[in-house]
Amino acid sequence: MTLTLSIDRVEPRDRGRVGDKGYALSRMARRGLPVPGALLVTVEAYRRYIDLTGIGEAIALEINRKIADEMRWEEMWDAALRIRTLFLRTPLPADIHDGLARDVEARFRDVAVVVRSSAPGEDSAKASFAGLHDSFVNVRGTESILDHIRLVWASLWSDAALLYRKELALDIATSAMAVVVQEIVAGDRSGVAFTVSPDDPSRAVIEAVHGLNQGLVDGTVEPDRWILDRRTGQVLSHRPAERQKALFASGAGVEVRPLAPGPAGMPPLTPQDVDLVFRTAMEVEKFFGSPQDMEWTIRKGELHILQARPVTAGEPAAGEDKRPWYLTLRRSFENLKALRQEVEGRWIPAMIADADALSGIDLAALSDEALAAEIDRRRSLLGKWTDIYTEYFIPLAHGIRLFGQTYNDALRPEDPYEFMDLLGGTEMISLERNRLLERMAGRVRGSPRLAEALRTGAPSGLDAAFDEDFETFSRTFGDLGCGTDRCFTGQAALAGLLLRMAEAPPAKERFDPGTIDRRRDAFLSRFTGDERKRAAEILDLGRASYRLRDNDNIHLGRIEGALLAAVAEAMPRLARRPGFAAAGISAEQAARALRDPQWRPQEGVPGKKREGLGSGLRARQLRGQPAGPGVARGPARVISNPEDLLEIRAGEILVCDAIDPNMTFAVPLAAGIVERRGGMLIHGAIIAREYGIPCVTGIPGAAELIRTGDCVSVDGWLGIVTIEAGPSL
Amino acid sequence: MEDLITLRNRLEEMLRTQRLAVLSTAGPGGEPYSSLVSFAAPGTGRLLFATTRATRKYENLRADGRVALLVDNRRNEEADFHEALAATALGRAVELSGEERERGIDAYTFKLPFLEEFVRAPSCALFRVGVEKWIVVTRFQNVIEVVPDS
Repeated sequence: MTLTLSIDRVEPRDRGRVGDKGYALSRMARRGLPVPGALLVTVEAYRRYIDLTGIGEAIALEINRKIADEMRWEEMWDAALRIRTLFLRTPLPADIHDGLARDVEARFRDVAVVVRSSAPGEDSAKASFAGLHDSFVNVRGTESILDHIRLVWASLWSDAALLYRKELALDIATSAMAVVVQEIVAGDRSGVAFTVSPDDPSRAVIEAVHGLNQGLVDGTVEPDRWILDRRTGQVLSHRPAERQKALFASGAGVEVRPLAPGPAGMPPLTPQDVDLVFRTAMEVEKFFGSPQDMEWTIRKGELHILQARPVTAGEPAAGEDKRPWYLTLRRSFENLKALRQEVEGRWIPAMIADADALSGIDLAALSDEALAAEIDRRRSLLGKWTDIYTEYFIPLAHGIRLFGQTYNDALRPEDPYEFMDLLGGTEMISLERNRLLERMAGRVRGSPRLAEALRTGAPSGLDAAFDEDFETFSRTFGDLGCGTDRCFTGQAALAGLLLRMAEAPPAKERFDPGTIDRRRDAFLSRFTGDERKRAAEILDLGRASYRLRDNDNIHLGRIEGALLAAVAEAMPRLARRPGFAAAGISAEQAARALRDPQWRPQEGVPGKKREGLGSGLRARQLRGQPAGPGVARGPARVISNPEDLLEIRAGEILVCDAIDPNMTFAVPLAAGIVERRGGMLIHGAIIAREYGIPCVTGIPGAAELIRTGDCVSVDGWLGIVTIEAGPSL
Repeated sequence: MEDLITLRNRLEEMLRTQRLAVLSTAGPGGEPYSSLVSFAAPGTGRLLFATTRATRKYENLRADGRVALLVDNRRNEEADFHEALAATALGRAVELSGEERERGIDAYTFKLPFLEEFVRAPSCALFRVGVEKWIVVTRFQNVIEVVPDS
């Protein structure tokens, strides 16, 4: 068995052993093109590792947890995270370790390297899936290089790869990963060259940045861009970048630094450099016989080719396929930091201002015509904010993952979600709201008179502190919550909830500041110097992402609530019209009806259909994703309509399609949570962890397969829900 | 939920193609006993299996007809954990005689022609299990209860 091959010893028959990237580099090296020295770790090393450690079965179990088409993007994140942990915690067996260590030591004893993925078939001319697997820049020392080889292996099963698993024919029995361990060339200027522009086949494109290439590839640093005539090499246009920063090797990794005024004022390439890059790229194209996408760097005036692969027309297309958008969510630390500033500094204040402005409008005073205009205005406002949410807020959630990966790499914990404990206890609005509810419930618990008054609907005047909280709650949070199509309005809903909360023992949040501090110290102690500062920044980003993931929904919920309030104002007006069935009409229909007294909706909105499994079938046990550790057992409370949430009683298992932050007031009453939507970043899972409530997510059809009253047990360790006793078949 | 909805079809297909099931019976003191039997399934509601009368399982069944039968399509490969279907039938076994036995033998040998001599032997008993419920496991941990077609 051959664990490694030197780049100059690769024969055509070795292509499948060293992967496409490694093979292309070796061919260029043999041709005499300027590529850095490299050692190629063969797929046999990967296969032997999988075979000897037996982790193949665990990977297969993970990726086949459910039908691939039913796995949400967040669930793929989770699966990839668990698989990565598996690789992190499974050491190299001695013979592989010793063999690789000997070869790496002989070649890179004191040299920093880039550890690159090189999957067989990834650069085939029919399809190209660049960027699905990981590469690591500036890795130093034999043990660290060996660790990073394992991480590149793990990225064969990255979330991005799982998204494209059908196209990649990803399969435990046949898929494998080779690795290129390449001497780092710390260039002062770097970039990419496409010998054929994706937009115009008669042109070529060169992009360049100061510093290392990785900044360009991951989008952290904006490049200068040249368009050239493919035939003559003549520059047709040059678009300069702002050139504020660049990426440089630093310690064990890379860092972004501001550019000095000198380089910032100059394009990274002179006209002669542009010509050199173009001619080299064309030589590579000629050599391989097809248009090439070449990564390069220039050090002390010398050009080095870092990698080259064919440009293909088979790149993932956008349109109906949302996967290319998901891929854009894998963002760099720098990118996320900038995004956070934008979200916190710009979007959230603007959204709060919009919500405040809406709540100041007296809807009852509006004429029908004015109310219709107001409904339309709120609809378009909600549309605008939903778009901003998709574009800015959702990508910011990646900060949680980035921190999780940093934490897991540093501490290699048994529980891949241990890092979530460090994110808890942040100031989330839904927790503040729940604390206020709990305080009011506490007063009801201690006062039978207050409880009785709440029951009869006249609680004010008995307890000044309670009255003040009640008033604060309504003022700060408005209605109790908005579901998908309506809000719970009025005091009766709040009173009912408080009474039920009072019947139960007080809900406890799981995190105390001491525990979080201890965990933070344990995390930071793994780093020193600048790396420690960066780790602290990544933690801070993770905590902000986690907090905002919840809070932004509360704010968006207020805008949504404002629209629903306007529709609620229209309903009684419309219901008074003869023959008008107002129930269930949409906001758009309400506005239309307000404007046109003769208009009637065609037909009522059908109620939500209970799908179930069909006659004669009953779910007994369902497997999803573990999302909140612990085991709970109790009667199910299935949330089919928003009103169902108001019926929840202490100790019940909350079963729903998806918990949004506006529904989280009910969570502290629940003994366990079961949700269709999957993944550790969903709101239900986040809140469940805050209260230490066992939670299983990603159960397709949860709210249809389980019925209110079924005795359900929730295993939040393994992600299993068992319906112990339900209606007879 | 797609694989759950097609579950009944997958179960029927498995009953058509698998030839062996693990039969569980209870001994005189309630002690469990398992044995491998060949079976035929004219539908999901009925299973037929045969045993010679000198066996422990026959003795058990004479005293207590309650049975569980496990049918599965595992191949002893890694993929079993996500591909294999395992179905347990709960029901009661009754020994057939006379006309019923003849009809049962026809159904049994239609699927298992090579066992005709065995099942027609005077020393061999043919049992019919009326299935009350199937408990079907997919993907290692998903469990669905299925009421058989009548």
